[in-house]
Amino acid sequence: MTRVLVTGASGMLGAGVARALARRGAQVRVLQRRPSGLGLDEVLGDVADPGVARSAVRKCDAVVHLAAKVSLVGDEDAFTRVNVDGTRHLITAARDAGASRFVQVSSPSVAHAGAALVGAGAGRADPGRARGPYARSKAAAELLALAADAPGFAVVAIRPHLVWGPGDEQLISRIVGRARAGRLVLIDGGRALIDTTYIDNAVDAIVAGLDHAPDDGVHGQAFVVSNGEPRTVAELLTRISNAAGEPGPARSIAFPAASGLGRLAEAVWRATRRPGEPPMTRFLAEQLATAHWFDQRRTRQALHWRPQVSLDEGFRRLTAHLSG
Amino acid sequence: MVAPARLPPPLLGLQASWSRLIEAPDDDGTPRTWHVLDAGAAEPDVTLLCVHGNPTWSYLWRGLLARAGQADARFRVIAVDQLEMGFSERTGRSRRLADRIDDLGRLTDALALSGPVVTVAHDWGGPISLGWAQRHRALLAGVVLCNTAVHQPAGAPAPAVIRAARLPGVLPLVTERTRAFIAGTTALSGRRMGAETAAAFAAPYASARRRAGIRAFVADIPLRTSHPSAACLDEVAARLSDFADVPALLLWGPGDPVFSDLYLRDLRARLPHADVHRYEGARHLVTEDAPQALDDLLAWIRARVPLARDQRVAGAEGPGTDGIDRGQRGLPTGRRLWHELERRAAESPEGAAIVSMRTDGRASQVTWAELLALVDGLAGGLAAEGIRPGDRVSVLIPPSPALVAAIYACWRIGAAAIVTDAGLGVRGMRRAIRGAHPDHVIAVPAGLALARTLRIPGRRIRAGDLPRIARASSGPLPDQPPADTEAVIAFTSGATGPAKGVVYRHWQVERTRDVIARHYQVTEADALIAAFAPWAVLGPALGIASAIPAMDVTRPRTLRASALARAAAAVGGTLLWSSPAALANVIRTQGELDDAGRAALARVRIAMFAGAPVPSGALARAASIFPAASIRTPYGMTEALPLTDVTSQEIADAGRGNGVLVGAPIAGVEVGICSLDAQGDPTGERTAQPMASGEILVRCDHLRDGYDALWATTHRASADGWHRTGDVGHIDAKGRLWLEGRLAHVITTEDGPCTPVGIEQRAMELDWVEAAAAVGVGPPGCQQVVVVVTGVSGRGPLVDVPRTLSLRAHVEAAGLPAPAAVLRRDDLPVDIRHNAKVDRTALARWADRILAGVAR
Repeated sequence: MTRVLVTGASGMLGAGVARALARRGAQVRVLQRRPSGLGLDEVLGDVADPGVARSAVRKCDAVVHLAAKVSLVGDEDAFTRVNVDGTRHLITAARDAGASRFVQVSSPSVAHAGAALVGAGAGRADPGRARGPYARSKAAAELLALAADAPGFAVVAIRPHLVWGPGDEQLISRIVGRARAGRLVLIDGGRALIDTTYIDNAVDAIVAGLDHAPDDGVHGQAFVVSNGEPRTVAELLTRISNAAGEPGPARSIAFPAASGLGRLAEAVWRATRRPGEPPMTRFLAEQLATAHWFDQRRTRQALHWRPQVSLDEGFRRLTAHLSG
Repeated sequence: MVAPARLPPPLLGLQASWSRLIEAPDDDGTPRTWHVLDAGAAEPDVTLLCVHGNPTWSYLWRGLLARAGQADARFRVIAVDQLEMGFSERTGRSRRLADRIDDLGRLTDALALSGPVVTVAHDWGGPISLGWAQRHRALLAGVVLCNTAVHQPAGAPAPAVIRAARLPGVLPLVTERTRAFIAGTTALSGRRMGAETAAAFAAPYASARRRAGIRAFVADIPLRTSHPSAACLDEVAARLSDFADVPALLLWGPGDPVFSDLYLRDLRARLPHADVHRYEGARHLVTEDAPQALDDLLAWIRARVPLARDQRVAGAEGPGTDGIDRGQRGLPTGRRLWHELERRAAESPEGAAIVSMRTDGRASQVTWAELLALVDGLAGGLAAEGIRPGDRVSVLIPPSPALVAAIYACWRIGAAAIVTDAGLGVRGMRRAIRGAHPDHVIAVPAGLALARTLRIPGRRIRAGDLPRIARASSGPLPDQPPADTEAVIAFTSGATGPAKGVVYRHWQVERTRDVIARHYQVTEADALIAAFAPWAVLGPALGIASAIPAMDVTRPRTLRASALARAAAAVGGTLLWSSPAALANVIRTQGELDDAGRAALARVRIAMFAGAPVPSGALARAASIFPAASIRTPYGMTEALPLTDVTSQEIADAGRGNGVLVGAPIAGVEVGICSLDAQGDPTGERTAQPMASGEILVRCDHLRDGYDALWATTHRASADGWHRTGDVGHIDAKGRLWLEGRLAHVITTEDGPCTPVGIEQRAMELDWVEAAAAVGVGPPGCQQVVVVVTGVSGRGPLVDVPRTLSLRAHVEAAGLPAPAAVLRRDDLPVDIRHNAKVDRTALARWADRILAGVAR
């Protein structure tokens, strides 16, 4: 493999994938709206712009598509434009450019209808039942990506679950920010078991997806990726807080109260057109109160991949990062 | 009404390819069309001819058809819809039993059915299939009957449901004009039958006119001898004696309000060689309530039925035995169970045989001469009361000389004692005793009241009348029963599923006695302190005096140190058999021992604690209470004991390991390990290779005979004479067995199966953990380990994060899988009998619920 386009390389995961591919000798081009600072061949622009997609994918053998609009709330159309239309344009462009592999980085939420996921497999993406505009748009994107799988154009969807690590602007910094503000609370005691993925493992899994995309049992399929070490929400929030030198959450509220707060906050944010995200949403309350962990056997076997960094090691690295 | 046969619409679990319409002539030569389901091998080893009852149809057998449809199946299933029923033709005629038997014969002629054939039938399909079988002996290879009857047992009324349905005016109303009979039948299912399945059962009976056959079928049940079908049914019943050489299987749902256990008993009497499996909890539609019955049925055919091309599996035997391979069957020992009793009565008639301590501190004692006189007197007296060889007697008497005498008297006359203890719980006792179906109940007043409450069958004999019965007896003793006679039906603790009845024959109890005598080097100088109820019975067989301490036998943890010491002093006890729960309380109350008590306990040379694991701390403290004793924690089970033995010293010397050290096999016992697959099932080869974890298999001469009325359970538990214990463990380099838990409690992680006990032991090494249980959450094959502990206070079910991390690190450091979470509880659910076996299955369900968070 000589030339790979990585979209969304300004994020922690995209940057990690771009660096990992470059490290092993691939010619990596990155595409995102802001400069990545990676020192790689770079196209700046909106992935949802067909012209941008065409120019970015020129002469590439493979595409790793991470660029997406990620948010708890927002206008459905905006999610559709970036996540669904963007994916469609990129696939068309990649196929036209003669690329042979396409890794669609997706999310386990595309197949999650809200019930507890306990040792679940990678269910079929379902835009009709996925929760929230982000998950719905990612579900539609994954379906159209996998539908494009064809001889000579191997498509695989990788769904890393809750990726975290040093430099994470999403999960970790929000939790730490709340812990510092003393506003970190548990829902129902934080007893739901949840899978997470340390950044390096997610990167490795996406690279493995790229490597094995043409394999039988891989192309045209979706794979959930996690550390395979589900932990309670209480433990995860406490350890993330502790890594930043903050105490863990001391308070807990009942799920109905949290869900009600979420509903209220969403309404207030909508009505007052406040910028940013509300501190609680119904979706978030549900995510924090419901188990979601996954059966990793198929993923590990098909991708010939296993997580190399344990949660314990991950927390050590996070602590070093946050205190250093 | 007249309507042609037709094919069923698409229905849950039914494949269109199975359905065929077959034409066969009626008795007057009119062609009639049948709907049959037909699937399986083109050249089958055996054909199953399945006959439904009323008001079901061939849909009842869809599970068998699905199994026959599998690629490697070597059998064929033909399930018929009887005329006027299901999707077969509505001829407008009422058909009687004899007609239906004729009809079926004409159909199988039209099908050119060739042998061998096993008939499979349910409900009123039973007599029809048997009638067919009697006329097709050349084809017949076996008969299978599910909840049916061929005869109304004398003295018992017909099922109330049937009687009610037959009342004038009621019959057409419930069977024809409304769907009541159909809805009632599917509602009789013990499991909540899915609406779609219930609808499928009702599908062929949508209109009153299509239900005429149901009414006629009910009307055809001969409740009186004058009924037109009575003679035919009687003939079918009478000719069952011709089937003595035909393998027979009875699959039964004991919760059936129509065909109750009474009818099972009647059928067993007519087919004494039949194999029986009762599915506890299943009702009328036994194959719906217990779908595993279909797999059991096929396993039975493989094991028991001579097939075409002689494809029988090794180990299959003809009728007369139950097809269970027990390997080399031991021979009678020649020394019957009452042998030592007779010898001691002759040699030391005035010596104490049994001393029973009372809570007021006094003791009642019987001498050897008195005990023998009582046993012999009762043997004659109970025979005079109507107890026959081969009868079963439920003995509901607390441990006492009366209990011992009643059991030995039963043995002496060839009756089997059903031995239950309150440790099963009331529900467990009800299931156990009703399942064993006693012919007689000998009980103290509380036992009689219980028997009444639990509606236990059998003639009642009051324990208080035993002395009178013994005295009234005259004449010579009955002949000694053969050594192959059933002696005992004892029960497993029910810690993993309903308690199972375990059958021992005389020679098997004799072997158990001899193994104990040999292994513990029992001599006349010994005396037994029987602090664990079942052991009270073995003293006379061993020829040693026994003392029964004052305690609530139903609650072993009520045994106090002082009560134990008084019992020891009463007989000069040298052997103590007790339970771990009792030991815990003896340790707790040891402060109340006086010098005499301490001296009495210092005479104990072997103190044995069995039935459940004993914490190492308790063993160390036991050493100070029994200073002269070798303290043992042997391994055994209701099915065979003892199997291995170990001293507390050996356990201390062995140190840490994955599991509990239970020692080397005792002489005559072989232990093997059967490795587990990724799903935790013991599918591997048997091995004696050190350190390999798997299910523990044992082979010995003092093994149980089988499980009572649980043919499939016995079959699964038996292989080449080995018994599958359902326990998991490994053998170490010194040939010693380590127990790692129950097979049912194995946790199947992504990295393979793992056993709970080692994880629990490591957890309990932490000073803040009182007790721990390791369970798996999530689907088999990718489960996560969760440890549940007691001894931690706090809010909510989660143990705090620092403790969680320390426990996880401690377990991981021992090379065991890291628990995903650590939960806390005030106590762990344990069984009643031992007060020690943790119900990890229930605990796993609880943990699953907690850790799933908000369940929707």
